[in-house]
Amino acid sequence: MVGGETSGPEVALELRGITKRFGDLVANDAIDLDVRRGEIHALLGENGAGKTTVMRVAYGLSHADSGEIRVNGTLVHVRSPRDAIAAGIGMVTQHFSLVRPMTVAENLALGRSGGLRLDLNAARRTAADASMRFGIRVDPDAIVGNLSVGEQQRVEILKALARDCRILILDEPTAVLVPQEVDALFATLQRLVADGLGVVFISHKLGEVRAISQRVSVLRRGRMMGTVPGTTAEGELARLMIGRPIAGDKRAAPTHDDAGGGVGDPRGVLSIRDLRVAGSHGTAVIDGLSLDVRAGEILGIAGVSGNGQTELVDLLSGMRMPLGGSVVVDGVDVTGLGPAEMVEAGVGRIPEDRHASLIPELSVAYNLVMERLDEFRRAGRLDERAINEHADRLIERFAIKAHRGDRVAALSGGNIQKVLLARVLSRDPKVLVVSQPTRGLDVGATEYVRSQLVARRTAGAAVLLVSEDLDELLDLADRLVVIYEGRIVGEMAVGDADPERLGLLMAGRGAAGGAAA
Amino acid sequence: MTGPASARARVTAWRPSRWSSPVIVGWAVLITFALTAGPILLAGANPIAAYGEFLVVPLTSRFSILEVLVAATPILFTGAAVAIAFRAGYWNIGAEGQLLLGAIAAAGVGAAAGDLPPIVVLPAMLLAGGVAGAAWALVPALLRVRFGIDEVVTTLLLNPVALLVVNGLLHGPWRDPVTGFPESPRIAAAAEFPAFLERSRLHLGFVIALVIIAAAWYVVARTPAGLRLRAAGLSPIGARFAGIDVSWVVFRAALISGAIAGLAGVSEVAGIQFRLTSGLSPGYGYTGIVVATLGSLSLPGVALAALFLGDLTVGASSAARALEIPSQLGAVVQGVLLLTTIGLIALRRSRGGTTRRPTLDPQAPPDPPPMGNGEAGP
Repeated sequence: MVGGETSGPEVALELRGITKRFGDLVANDAIDLDVRRGEIHALLGENGAGKTTVMRVAYGLSHADSGEIRVNGTLVHVRSPRDAIAAGIGMVTQHFSLVRPMTVAENLALGRSGGLRLDLNAARRTAADASMRFGIRVDPDAIVGNLSVGEQQRVEILKALARDCRILILDEPTAVLVPQEVDALFATLQRLVADGLGVVFISHKLGEVRAISQRVSVLRRGRMMGTVPGTTAEGELARLMIGRPIAGDKRAAPTHDDAGGGVGDPRGVLSIRDLRVAGSHGTAVIDGLSLDVRAGEILGIAGVSGNGQTELVDLLSGMRMPLGGSVVVDGVDVTGLGPAEMVEAGVGRIPEDRHASLIPELSVAYNLVMERLDEFRRAGRLDERAINEHADRLIERFAIKAHRGDRVAALSGGNIQKVLLARVLSRDPKVLVVSQPTRGLDVGATEYVRSQLVARRTAGAAVLLVSEDLDELLDLADRLVVIYEGRIVGEMAVGDADPERLGLLMAGRGAAGGAAA
Repeated sequence: MTGPASARARVTAWRPSRWSSPVIVGWAVLITFALTAGPILLAGANPIAAYGEFLVVPLTSRFSILEVLVAATPILFTGAAVAIAFRAGYWNIGAEGQLLLGAIAAAGVGAAAGDLPPIVVLPAMLLAGGVAGAAWALVPALLRVRFGIDEVVTTLLLNPVALLVVNGLLHGPWRDPVTGFPESPRIAAAAEFPAFLERSRLHLGFVIALVIIAAAWYVVARTPAGLRLRAAGLSPIGARFAGIDVSWVVFRAALISGAIAGLAGVSEVAGIQFRLTSGLSPGYGYTGIVVATLGSLSLPGVALAALFLGDLTVGASSAARALEIPSQLGAVVQGVLLLTTIGLIALRRSRGGTTRRPTLDPQAPPDPPPMGNGEAGP
C-alpha cells in the first residue's frame, strides 16, 4: 500500500480520470471507478456507453489519453495485457482468445511465458489444480473447440485465475450463455468473490446486474453517472442508464388478449411438417419437427441453443436445404427453396447473425434495397434517386440513427438490427422468422425492435420467434413451443408457462404435458 | 460443404474493401524509393538521378510519353481483368495464361485472315481472343463454383500450362517454315491494329483498353449487376442471404475477367508483335495483379496504376541506358512497391482492428463511392 490517496485498503482496482477519445468522439470522459476486493461490481450502460472501452484501458488493450490506474493503491502503468496480468488484472473479453484445436491444459500453458521447454504434464497438473482450487469444472484434456461456449468461458476465467489475477473483468459474460449456464457462472463468481477476488461485470441487462452485483456503476455516453448499491430498483438503474424509465410491461397485456386470432384455421400461415434438416456434420439436427404459426400470432420457440434453432431459421431463410418434410407458406409449398424465392413467397427473415445477413461494407441505402435490386433499376442502371428516397423513408420510419450513405459496418448493433428490420418489414411479409432479435442490443433498441414485432403480429403476420431470452419469449409470444434435439417436445399458451416446467422441457427432462401434434 | 466455406474464409480474410487509399499509395512510393536507394547505389548510380530517369524522363518527350502508353496498354487490360475478378471475391491469378490463350487465338485468326477487310478481321480477332481467355478461365471457375476448389491454385497452375501450349504450337505446327524460328506466321495486314499516330507504336489496343475500363467502371459502379458483384465480393453470405445468386455472379465475373485478359493477348499480337512468340508477355498477367492492388481494385485506380507502371517500365529501360544500371532495377522497384503497398494495407488493417467501432476510423472508406452522384452519370 504505497499510494497516499486510496479510498481504503479494501479497494483492489482504482481508476481515476480515465479519458479516451477516438477522433472527435469522447468514449470515456474522466471515468472514476473503485472495485473492492470480494465484490462483484457491475458496470452498466447501453451499447456504446463506454463500458468495454474503459475496461480495455484497464487491461492494456487500449491506451487512455489521460488518467491513472492503481492496483491495491499502487500506481501502475498498464501498457499491454502483459502489464495488466503482472498487476493482477485479468479480463475475459467477448471474443475468447483460446486456441481451439488445443486442449484446455495447453491453452492454460500458453498464457504463461518463460522457458524454452513446454512441460505438458506439468501444464495438465496445473490445469487440474486450478480447476480444483477454484471449483471450476473443466477437463484439462478436452479440446477447446469441442467445448460449449459456456465451457470455453470457464476456460477463459480459469486462464485468468491461473495467472493469479485478483481483479477479474468479464465483458458481457452472459451474452453467449443459456440460462442454466448463467446460473452456473453466477455461482462460480459468488464463490470466487468469497475468496477475495474483485470482479467487474460488464452488462446492459438490468435483471442480472441486480441479481449478482454488490455495487453498480452506471455509464452513459462515456460519462460516469454514479455508483449505487446492487439492490437499487430497476427503474432507477434504467433511469441512470438511459435517462428515462423503461416502458415496463405494457406490451405484455395485449399480447395475451387476442391470442386466438387465427384459431379458425387449423393449419397456420406457416406450416411445417416432419421436417428433417442436416447440420454441419451431415447428421439430422432437425428430425421430425412439425409446427404451425397462425396469422396474427407470435409463436415463441424456447430451447437451449444447439437444439436445431439455427438450422430451422437457416432453412426458413432459404440458406439450408431440408433432408425431408415440407414447409408451406400461405398455401404455397416452399420446401427447399432458396433465399430469393423465400422472400418472394412472403417470408421476412431476421436471423441471429445480422452481420452475415447484410453487406456490412456497403451503405445503408444499398443494403435496404439489396433484396429487390430489379425494382430500383432505370434504363439498365441503378436508380440512385429512388434508392436514396427509399432509404430516407425507411430511416425515418424505423428511427435508424444513420445517414443513408453510411456503411452498415459503422453502425451500432441496434441500428444494424433496425436496418435489417426495415428491409424486411418494408415488404410486408406474411411470415416473419426472427431469431435472437434483441441479443446485444441496448434497452432502447430492444424495446423498439420488440414493439415492431408486436405491431407486425397485430397487423396479421405470422411471427416465428426464436430466442434464448425466456423473458423475451414470455413478453412477446402468444404461444410457446420448446425445441429439444430437433423436435418440438412441448407446447403451451404463454399464460400457462411457468419457468420451472419450461426449464425442464428445455433440458429434455419433461415429457410431462402437451407434446406437439 | 466444407470446401466453399474454407474458400470463403480466405476471401473474407483478404477482403477487397477499403484497400489502398491514395495516401497509402503515396507512402508506399516514398518507402519504396527509400528501400531501393541501396540497390541503385550498389549499381553505381545516384538514386535521385535514377528516380528522375525512372519517373520523370519518360514524360519529357513525345516519343517516350507515347511509349509509356504502349507499355501501359497490356497491363490496363490485365489490371482491369484482375480487379473485376477480385471485386467479386474471385482470386484470379491466371490472367497470364488467359492472356496467352487470347494471343494464340489472335495469331491464328490473324494469320488466316487472308484478304478479308479489317472491319471483319479485327472484331473476329477480338472475339476469338476474348472467348479463348474466357475458355481458359472456365475450368477453374467451374471447380470453384461447383466444388469450392481454391481458384488461386487452379488459375495459377494453368499459367505454365498455357505457356506450354504456346511453345508446343511454336515448335510444332506454327514454326516458321522458312527460318525455322519458333514464331508463328505473321498476321495479315488487315489484322494489324492501326497505329493512329505518326512515328509511334501506339495502337488501337490502348483505346480498346480505355473503353473496356470505362465500360467496366460503369457496370460495376452504376448498374444492379455491378452492385451484386460488389456485394458478392464483400460478403458472400450476406449477398446470398439477400437472394443474390453468388455462384452465378462469381462465375460470370471469372469468365469476364478471363475474356479481358485474353484481349490483352490480342492487343499485344495485333498491335506490337504481329505474330505469336514465346516472349510475348513478360508477365503482364502477374503485373495485372500489381496494377489492380495499387489501384485499390477500382477501375479508375487501375488506369492510374497502369500508367504509373508503364512510366516506370519505360523509365527503367532509359535509365539502364543513361546510367548504365541493370534494367531489372525497374522490376525490383515494382516488386518492392507491391510488397510495401500490401504491407501498409495489412498494417493499417491490424491497427484499425483494435478499435471496436469502425465509425471512429477517421479515414473514411475510399471505395466504393457509397451514394450520391445519382444524377451525375455519363
